[in-house]
Amino acid sequence: MRKNYFLYLLLAPALILTLVFKYIPMYGAIIAFKDFNPIQGIWGSDWVGFKYFTKFLTSPNFGDIFLNTLKISFYGLILGFPVPIILAVMLNQIRKAGIKKNVQLALYAPNFISVVVVVGMIFIFMSPTGPINQMISSMTGKPLMFMSDPAYFRSIYILSGIWQAAGWSSIIYVAALANVDPELHNAASLDGANILQRIRHIDLPTIRPIMAIVFILAAGGIMSVGFEKAYLMQTSMNLPASEIIPTYVYKVGLQSGDYAYSAAVGLFNSVINVILMISVNFVVKKLNEGEGLY
Amino acid sequence: MYIKHSRIDRLFITVNTILLTLAVLIVVVPLVYVVIASFMDPTVLLSKGISFHVSDWSMEGYNLILSNPAMVRGFANAVFYSVSFALITSAVSIFAGYALSVSDLVGRNAFMTLFVITMFFSGGLIPTYMLVKNLGMLDTVWAIIIPGVVNVWNIILARTFFKGIPNELKEAANVDGASELLIFFKIVLPLSKPIVFVIALYAFVGQWNSYFDAMIYLDNAKLHPLQLVLRSILIQNQAPPGMISDQLAMNELKRLSEMIKYSSIVISSLPLIVMYPFFQKYFEKGVMVGSLK
Repeated sequence: MRKNYFLYLLLAPALILTLVFKYIPMYGAIIAFKDFNPIQGIWGSDWVGFKYFTKFLTSPNFGDIFLNTLKISFYGLILGFPVPIILAVMLNQIRKAGIKKNVQLALYAPNFISVVVVVGMIFIFMSPTGPINQMISSMTGKPLMFMSDPAYFRSIYILSGIWQAAGWSSIIYVAALANVDPELHNAASLDGANILQRIRHIDLPTIRPIMAIVFILAAGGIMSVGFEKAYLMQTSMNLPASEIIPTYVYKVGLQSGDYAYSAAVGLFNSVINVILMISVNFVVKKLNEGEGLY
Repeated sequence: MYIKHSRIDRLFITVNTILLTLAVLIVVVPLVYVVIASFMDPTVLLSKGISFHVSDWSMEGYNLILSNPAMVRGFANAVFYSVSFALITSAVSIFAGYALSVSDLVGRNAFMTLFVITMFFSGGLIPTYMLVKNLGMLDTVWAIIIPGVVNVWNIILARTFFKGIPNELKEAANVDGASELLIFFKIVLPLSKPIVFVIALYAFVGQWNSYFDAMIYLDNAKLHPLQLVLRSILIQNQAPPGMISDQLAMNELKRLSEMIKYSSIVISSLPLIVMYPFFQKYFEKGVMVGSLK
């Protein structure tokens, strides 16, 4: 036991920082149920129950913001989830190790670019005079207003997200596929199985448990869409499609100073997140022979 | 033993090659475009687009960026934030990860649960902001470096790594009378260079690319990291202060702002682009250890 003092000492910084910067804010979330008054502080302010939750749920913005959040992440999940898997299966078929490594090097690169730069590139490429519109206007005669028309916001957001992340997300599947015993493929080939059949009966079953976990985690994060990117991509014109719960929390809370209301909206968002994750885990477990996240 | 490919197989391989080539092009072309455009003469770029004539090239964008105080300061701030954040994060994660990997640490599972819970629940933006404000950290470098130090994923990464170190090594030292302290510093730490490296690398990249904490916690423009300076140039379309005097004509302004955009993208991404091919295997290692716990 004595010798453990040192270990507790090693653990202390992480523990203290976690208690302060993670658990105190969790406690601070009760501000959502209070009429926050800076002088009285969180604890001294009066309880108001679900007042701010009701205010959000009955506000005229609620429907739009809620649906925007759901749609962006739902479509993002449906479109983005299969791409890394397909990439990994295709990469796995490259026989020359050198080529495979260089292809991976290229596909992973966008992951290391900052959101600010990615959104900056989107603005440059999609601007009315940018390279994409130069091509479009040479064909149709007039440029498309990508960044100011709400109709394009979701597609640009999701497709650029796939562009940036798909390669990197494929790593985990690539690694799992590399562990498949080559004898399995050889035996199947001798039995006359072609590549497609081997992918279907050897490769895909191998990565199925990982697919399940990645899917559950992604579905659990469905309401926490990348705030940082959505906020950068917002223009006053595309707001009808781009205002999502996290950007709304930021604006109401930090820009207008309505702390309690904003915290309530944020809490509402987290609760939905947890509910989604638990339900998706339940469904996946049923479909996946009892294999879920927990 | 080489198995002859059937016709379906050959078709598959062809289609596979085409699709992967396409994927690589989709990823690489925009990046290459930005790099080339940053070296173009702005007038030519606006009128003709990309050109490969040497006479159409220019370093004007880089001259503007590198002589701009806001940009240079942003770069220096970003280096400072990223390096100190990487150092602190890896130290804290390694310490905690090691402690949690020792199986006779009383309360080990309770501590682990305490950490893991924070991966799924958080107080949210407003309570976190209020805390930082109450701690008097607004508009200080601490707001950028300290609140994000504990990343549970890093602790799990470190713990997994230390669990892989053979116990016999520690036991032998223990028999020789070495204390936990001695074992940690003399035996464990020298072995843990790879994991320190992986965690520090991730922390560095994450901090280098982040803008949000700086945006909400820092008012003072002197403290702004590169990404915030970039945001005002790229997204809010503002020339950095001191870059363009108001007597310049509109055309000149537009011409220069395009140049500044391209070259600032390249400059800000340069450290990572240079690092990346050398460190790719460490990045991959990080993903692997983290996911296959």
